[in-house]
Amino acid sequence: MATLTAPVAERGLLARPIEPTGVWSWLTTVDAKRIGILYGVTAFIFFLIGGTEALVMRTQLAVPDSRLVGPGIFNAMFTMHGTTMIFLVVMPLSVAFFNYIVPLQIGARDVAFPRLNAFSYWVFLSGAVLMHLSFVIGQVPDTGWFSYANLTERAYSPSAGVDFWVVGLQVLGIASLAGAFNFLVTIINLRAPGLSLMRMPLFTWTTFITSILMVLAFPVITVALVELMFDRLFGTNFFNTAQGADPILWQHLFWVFGHPEVYILILPAMGVVSDVLPVFSRKPLFGYPFMVYAVASIAFLSFTVWAHHMFTTGLGPIATSFFTASTMLIAVPTGIKVFNWISTVYGGSISLKTPALFALGFIAMFTIGGLSGVMHASPPVDTQHQDTYFVVAHFHYVLFGGSIFGLFSGIYFWFPKITGRMLDEKIGTLHFWLMLIGFNLTFGPMHFLGVDGMPRRIFTYPAEMGWGTWNLVATIGAYIIGLSILVFIVNVFKSLRSGDRAGADPWDGRTLEWTTSSPPPHYNFAEIPVVHARDDFWVQKYPDLAGGHGGEIIASAPVAVAAAVGHDEHVYVHLPDPSYWPLITASGIFVAGFGLLFFMLLLPVGLFVVLFGTVGWSTEPVNG
Amino acid sequence: MATLRQKPGTIVLLALALAASGCTQWADPSLPETTVFPVSDSGGYIQDLYSLIFWMALVVFIGVEGFFLYAIVRYRRRAGDNRIPAQVHGNLRLEIAWTVLPSIVLLVITVPTIKTIFLQDTVPTASAAGGSPLTVEVTGHQWFWEFRYPELGAKVMTANEVHIPVGRTALFELRSADVIHSFWIPKMGGKMDAVPTRVNFMWFTPQETGEFYGQCVEFCGIQHADMRIRLFVDSPSAFQAWATRQAEDAASPTGAQARDGAAIFQRSACPACHTIRGTAARGTTGPDLTHVGGRATIAAGMLPNNYENLIRWVSDPQGVKIGSKMRYPNDVGPSPTEAALLAAYLQSLQ
Repeated sequence: MATLTAPVAERGLLARPIEPTGVWSWLTTVDAKRIGILYGVTAFIFFLIGGTEALVMRTQLAVPDSRLVGPGIFNAMFTMHGTTMIFLVVMPLSVAFFNYIVPLQIGARDVAFPRLNAFSYWVFLSGAVLMHLSFVIGQVPDTGWFSYANLTERAYSPSAGVDFWVVGLQVLGIASLAGAFNFLVTIINLRAPGLSLMRMPLFTWTTFITSILMVLAFPVITVALVELMFDRLFGTNFFNTAQGADPILWQHLFWVFGHPEVYILILPAMGVVSDVLPVFSRKPLFGYPFMVYAVASIAFLSFTVWAHHMFTTGLGPIATSFFTASTMLIAVPTGIKVFNWISTVYGGSISLKTPALFALGFIAMFTIGGLSGVMHASPPVDTQHQDTYFVVAHFHYVLFGGSIFGLFSGIYFWFPKITGRMLDEKIGTLHFWLMLIGFNLTFGPMHFLGVDGMPRRIFTYPAEMGWGTWNLVATIGAYIIGLSILVFIVNVFKSLRSGDRAGADPWDGRTLEWTTSSPPPHYNFAEIPVVHARDDFWVQKYPDLAGGHGGEIIASAPVAVAAAVGHDEHVYVHLPDPSYWPLITASGIFVAGFGLLFFMLLLPVGLFVVLFGTVGWSTEPVNG
Repeated sequence: MATLRQKPGTIVLLALALAASGCTQWADPSLPETTVFPVSDSGGYIQDLYSLIFWMALVVFIGVEGFFLYAIVRYRRRAGDNRIPAQVHGNLRLEIAWTVLPSIVLLVITVPTIKTIFLQDTVPTASAAGGSPLTVEVTGHQWFWEFRYPELGAKVMTANEVHIPVGRTALFELRSADVIHSFWIPKMGGKMDAVPTRVNFMWFTPQETGEFYGQCVEFCGIQHADMRIRLFVDSPSAFQAWATRQAEDAASPTGAQARDGAAIFQRSACPACHTIRGTAARGTTGPDLTHVGGRATIAAGMLPNNYENLIRWVSDPQGVKIGSKMRYPNDVGPSPTEAALLAAYLQSLQ
């Protein structure tokens, strides 16, 4: 292999690891594809944890006056369910695809900063584990995923739960920022020759825009988290109302981050759907430039709408009117996206394979979430909907019906590329229909519950409220979702063992990732491809269609695939070597966080390890 | 295949039927916290706006989803179909159309929305039935509501159950003693947060007499779920009678049981947290109990106010509401006999 050339020319603190397989190869890997798999598997494990938390809540709420779990456990469940699904599932699952797919889509061999990429993953894992240590000591965060001040002050939340939340999120923020910078630089600098911005696949575009959102949004929540942590650990008064602090400050800081965060969660899924639909419709994405402009405008506007989460805090009529207008405005580019997706299907030849089913499900469900969003964009109406199940229904139609369906579309779409095997179509279709039905049974009735006045975050309700029936339906739906996830797991294990072999291009794909073998070699492409068009691979395969007319497929051009792989022995490829340093540096952050939570003396120890790691990192020699 | 071509229509009909069945559920005015059957002017403004947006959204929903389903069914790939469809890349006119048309729809929603925002921000100086607004000072506590009526004198103070006269605008001044709460009586209109260090306000003019439910809707800690509100909209004369009674100090207990209960109350830990006007009990961390016997509920609206529930509550508040601020020194509560006497006393505080 050209990749593993003779080691060690100069000496650093540690020799670079060279094992190509085994545990150490995973711990020291800097290969974006392997890091993508680590992100994906970790996110899926947390998906199971967050889903279990949801089932605990749904079981408790199934019937009125239930006392199955008390308010203590229930409050911990909704806090950790929200935090987990947002920070430990949807974000890292998107990042898994950023890692695996974006370098392939732009014709690169890795990301711009491979070691920083590994560092991001280990820091992400550290933050996730730190937060979940709260379960071990039995003091779980219980103030909600947006943990409004001043309930989070030591005086009102004396248990250590909030400490785990605030330290865990800060660590996760480091991982997100490092990852975001990495993908910005990668997409700007490492695109293959000819791959101009307006030729990039939509998933690469949404990765790019999402990274910008992360870079701009995460510093804001970091400020808020540091202030809260100082209040709790060192007795400062940032949110101490007894000393005159204004608790609304937290809400502004949180939502200036939190609303862009909503788009951080949904834009990658939109990118997946935008790439999947053309493949399964055999037709280019309708209105490509408008889709790109729409993503960019949504991202920009997402920083102007934060206070629509705060319409009941007493903002005054002028601010309320401004945030009404900006929120209404963001519906316009969102609508443009929906109309263009539908037009991509219209007039196409839509194959209802599982990736397409999930993408179509995304559009249908996301549209519902968009429409209910417009309803509470109107502040007077929002004063009836705010903090009720109507809002719970709305954001699950966007984040589950949207993000999760979109990401499952991506899983079914790219699983063959990643593993070399197809997921089973029959089981996949069953998974889709179970999940769609379960999802609508769970969250559809929540609209009715909200309009009937059921507040969110209540662990029980009296029978006389009349909320029993729809709650029972929602609980049944939640278990159907759970069943659908079991079906998915069966599909993955079965397909990994005995799934059909996927060739390089199982779906008749359009973009560069389908030009290399499945799974791709370590170096992705033996020769860096040269791009001549949007959907370059499709144009290569069907040069006659460039004029815009349809026709009969006579023969696609397998030549294009063969050109990209198969003669790597003759090519010298420089690839970054594995490294211990990302893991060492990240472990310092874990120790520092652990110190903040358990034993303050470990804080300087952890910070020293970070410093040591940084020095070792920057003086590490390059092999061969 | 004609049957399949007809499918989109069937699906649209099915969706309509589903939406209609949903409306039947919404249209149950008997539910105590329904948001769509307001009985106040302020609630009416919201409902008008909600109806406008709801019907527009329903039309868009049926249009978009219907067309989408039609496109999927119409253009689905059949087995053995190797055709490549026309490679359409876009259409500028369509892009302009679906930028401009939704903008117009949103404008139709935004204009009356902003009008309503300003309308609700202006407290009416006089209500239709005459008279200036009745100010009610509301303070949220973990986990109960405190109500005061400055107009009726400093003595009129109650907890969890608020009375106002029908037809007269009530102006609620919202404060919090600890963390953020949110005050909401759905049939009267929207909610407003009670934020420490701030004074927020909301108002409405109730149009019907009756008993209305509400509750705290900003997560405020372990007992958030049972931080309830009862609103009693009285006829003007009934309200006057109620206010007069509230302004009085507690009556001296009559009957042996109530007298013994009063003695236990005063010598145990109760006065540290509760006030009973006319007695030595002057605590302020818990609800005022001067007229607790006249209330419909106890434990922040969780339990009907009767002898058995009072015994249950004073015997074991942590068992009834875990995490409640009502705790006895060393967690030693009254004996069963004492609890029964206390309940008798509390019931006598009409």
